[in-house]
Amino acid sequence: MKSVIEVEHLKKTYGSLVAVKDVSFSVAEGEIFGLLGPNGAGKTTTVECVQGLRRSDSGLIRVLGLDPQSEGRALRQLIGSQLQESALPDRIKVWEALDLFASFLPRGLDWRELMEQWGLVEKRNASFSSLSGGQRQRLLVALALVNNPKVVFLDEMTAGLDPAARHVAWDLIRAIRERGATVVLVTHFMDEAEHLCDRLAIVDQGKLVALDTPQVLITTHANQIRVIFTTDHSDISWLEQIPQVRSVTRHGPRVEVEGSGSVLALVAASLVAHGITPSDLRMEQPTLEDVFLTITGHKDRN
Amino acid sequence: MMRMLLKLTWVELKLFVREPITMVFTFALPLIFIFVLDEVFGNTPDQTVYRGVGATNYYTPAYIGLVIASIAVVGLPVHLTGYRERGVLRRLRASPIPLWTIFGSQVLVSLLVAVVGGILVIIAAVLAYHASLPQAPALVIGAFVASVFSFVAVGILLGSVLPTTRAAQGLGLLLIIVMMMLGGAGPPREVMGAVMRGVGDATPLRYVVVLLQDPWLGFGWNWIVFLIVMGIMALASLLSLRLFRWE
Repeated sequence: MKSVIEVEHLKKTYGSLVAVKDVSFSVAEGEIFGLLGPNGAGKTTTVECVQGLRRSDSGLIRVLGLDPQSEGRALRQLIGSQLQESALPDRIKVWEALDLFASFLPRGLDWRELMEQWGLVEKRNASFSSLSGGQRQRLLVALALVNNPKVVFLDEMTAGLDPAARHVAWDLIRAIRERGATVVLVTHFMDEAEHLCDRLAIVDQGKLVALDTPQVLITTHANQIRVIFTTDHSDISWLEQIPQVRSVTRHGPRVEVEGSGSVLALVAASLVAHGITPSDLRMEQPTLEDVFLTITGHKDRN
Repeated sequence: MMRMLLKLTWVELKLFVREPITMVFTFALPLIFIFVLDEVFGNTPDQTVYRGVGATNYYTPAYIGLVIASIAVVGLPVHLTGYRERGVLRRLRASPIPLWTIFGSQVLVSLLVAVVGGILVIIAAVLAYHASLPQAPALVIGAFVASVFSFVAVGILLGSVLPTTRAAQGLGLLLIIVMMMLGGAGPPREVMGAVMRGVGDATPLRYVVVLLQDPWLGFGWNWIVFLIVMGIMALASLLSLRLFRWE
């Protein structure tokens, strides 16, 4: 597949602080690419360098074949940006902002449609300062899309949105991709990254520590399956004989079995063989969160 | 390109009108001084002060200069530093809009606001104190446009280098007061001591006032002062482009 973003050995320091040590990745056309990492990991600095908003110390960046540093203006016509810590003038009205940003390019989308999609019609005459956090966020995302960009950068897009609005936003992001645009998503929400991203780069302390599809990341880095049930039987030590079982822990009647692979079927068969048929037998699969905690090792911090 | 500039200018103009404090300050300050000074000093010519003309006639073009100065050093820097502080510039930077368009829209808005402010000054001075109209209107218009361009460049420079809105407010007020008192819109130059004159000569308003006054009072076009005003513009524009910070 054609790649639209190429980043090789990106490095960026602020004085003595190394924000990005060594980051390389490429993003394919039509992909939803996620950058996930703890606060201060260097995600925002990375996407800002890619958008040409910051000058990298070293490394090579190409976006749609352009160098963001020397061809920034040409690039910004082709990309859409929703940035953290950006704002609009207090007294600008919602429709004026959309109309203004649409005028920056001849091939802009119909901003009225965007206003509708992002639920801003009722607020069309409201000033930016009177909007709630979620409404501001939706307006800033809509502004990132108004020039019909080929690549969209969304930095913590759903910060400040309520759960319902987040799911609407996810659907709209998928719709952007359907139209053929590539999406780069910076997030610290695990569910968002897991549900939305085709591929995911995990960044920690300025370095890329993992890069793959969410599913592959989960199976490689967190293959621990947990089987949970309750029973009154006092002796269940025979469960530990099953090769796929790693550990058995018991809190009163509640039993937790950790293992891998086909552990659920084997535990179930063994229980039945011993005449135990719990009605609450269930399995917990690892999530991206487990991957994240395993890889970044920030369990104690969270 | 032009479309972008005009659209941004139109939005900026609406934003200016929606900011009542800035509007009141810009338009009311010169009017207050007209009513105080013209009332006190009248309009009888005296060869020893006010360049030999009546005080009211002397002050009318000077207050048009004051309107321009207050837009440029009080309004503009606060506007630009506010944009920087709150992340508006950050957002504009990520759009395809070039820096000169952002500056250009500030020039156009300032020009329009200065025209309105200047007309208010003329109406007030003529109706209330029978000030005389310009001797050479075309030259006055030329002087006015040159003055706006020059002062706006100074305002953009201040907005480019000052770190915070607070700094812009403080320095802007200080500058406008010093310029007003010593740059030709306050006591007549003939009564000032050498130090006061020296400070006055160091302010751009001094040259803008003379540039406007000369054709207004029938002294012709002052090329030297015109070149100084243009020099200030060129220097401030160059420095702004070099020193401007988006964040």
